[in-house]
Amino acid sequence: MSDSLNYAYYPGCSGTGTSIEYDMSTRAICAKLGITLNEVPDWSCCGSTPAHTVDHTLSSALSARNLALVEKMNLDTAVTPCPSCLTNLKTATHRMSKDEFRDDVNKLLDTPYNGGVDTKSVLQILVEDMGLDALKAKAVKPLKGLKVAAYYGCIMNRPPEVMNFDDPEHPMAMDNILTALGATVLPFPLKVECCGASFGIPRKDIVMSLSGKLLDAAEDIGAEALVTACPLCQMNLDLRQDQINSANGAKHNIPVFYYTQLIGLALGIDEKELGIDKLCVSPRTVINGIGAEDAS
Amino acid sequence: MEIVNITKSYDSSFVKQVEKESGQNMSLCYQCGNCTAGCPYTFVYDQPVNQIMRLVQAGQKETVLKSKSLWLCATCESCTTRCPNNIDVAHIMDVLRHMARREGYAPVPTVKSFWDSFLSSVEKNGRVFEIGLLVSYIAKTGRFWTDVDLGPKVLPKGKMHFKPPQIQGKEEVQKIFNRFKEESQK
Repeated sequence: MSDSLNYAYYPGCSGTGTSIEYDMSTRAICAKLGITLNEVPDWSCCGSTPAHTVDHTLSSALSARNLALVEKMNLDTAVTPCPSCLTNLKTATHRMSKDEFRDDVNKLLDTPYNGGVDTKSVLQILVEDMGLDALKAKAVKPLKGLKVAAYYGCIMNRPPEVMNFDDPEHPMAMDNILTALGATVLPFPLKVECCGASFGIPRKDIVMSLSGKLLDAAEDIGAEALVTACPLCQMNLDLRQDQINSANGAKHNIPVFYYTQLIGLALGIDEKELGIDKLCVSPRTVINGIGAEDAS
Repeated sequence: MEIVNITKSYDSSFVKQVEKESGQNMSLCYQCGNCTAGCPYTFVYDQPVNQIMRLVQAGQKETVLKSKSLWLCATCESCTTRCPNNIDVAHIMDVLRHMARREGYAPVPTVKSFWDSFLSSVEKNGRVFEIGLLVSYIAKTGRFWTDVDLGPKVLPKGKMHFKPPQIQGKEEVQKIFNRFKEESQK
């Protein structure tokens, strides 16, 4: 693999905790695919949604501290699996292209950030830098027979001028990857609808309603599993699925994978390394069904 | 929507302030309603987002700043993405939240407490300490039974740490917050 697939890696706070399986599976597939991830030394929180609801300069400074660390690593691109981290890093970069705003942000920092780092999601480098053909060529266990709905969440691709990747209303990156790896990706009408985000704690009713709709729609189209690219979406749909069932009188039992876990399975990586056992709704039956059509 | 007598209550400085802080031209909104049509949160809003836009145009400072909608917007960017006049509506909602905070409005206290607990965790540890965040949120709100059912699901999976993260740059992050507080008092 060429040297170009060499990036600074920003795991994000949830990657060390509630979405540890996203971080594990991301590292595992990148290692297998020859993509080098250099963890940003001593990275700190991007501030997520709470920071930008308080102040944009503060929010950008929390991101810019990390971007300045990447600058020191002499790497031009930072990648992160988390759409919320991504949106903060990208928005900070976007806003700091204005001199006055950049000066205000730098006033809050020990080390000023000059603005030379590009930020991308791991999903973006897989489809744009690695490419579907290269990915497909590495698959040893195709995901045949697996019927999934690819759910992107709201902010991976929006707003388009800032995120600058895929389609803001009808993204296809995950659909295309999973299709290339042999899965059947069903057309999912709610692929960019919000899951209720971080309101699970302060206003649970909102998540029960919005994530409930996503699970209903996934079941209606006959998906055996949902596939996500966002720690918060995954947590709402998986960890809270029982709460959603109780609140809505539903009986969903739909496993919710990170797309990196399914890529990992196709690449023949051990389930343990992909953190499959960390998922709340058991994916056992669904995983056992992969390739079953061939065997029969 | 209630009837607003703008000859008595139009506050032009409010409109100018929103435009200055958001960098958006409020008069571009012609009330097509696309933002509201796509907003997943209208069902819990007291004012749908297009009405917030109209109330800002009409200079209705108090009605806007005390609206629950500002605290229930998740910044999902549907409105911004779909606005036919390229107004960054989500940015305006963010700026209105900043103004509401400054003026002391917090009509959805649980949301404010959650965001504040999150940021104090970042300020203290440099990264979010998830269990610490929950404890601080419960202490602020008294909501002891929030998500108690999730504990047995999460804890055996080793996804939550009982000790806060330790990073060397913790003090650098604290300095960002301190300088921010100093700058905002100027």
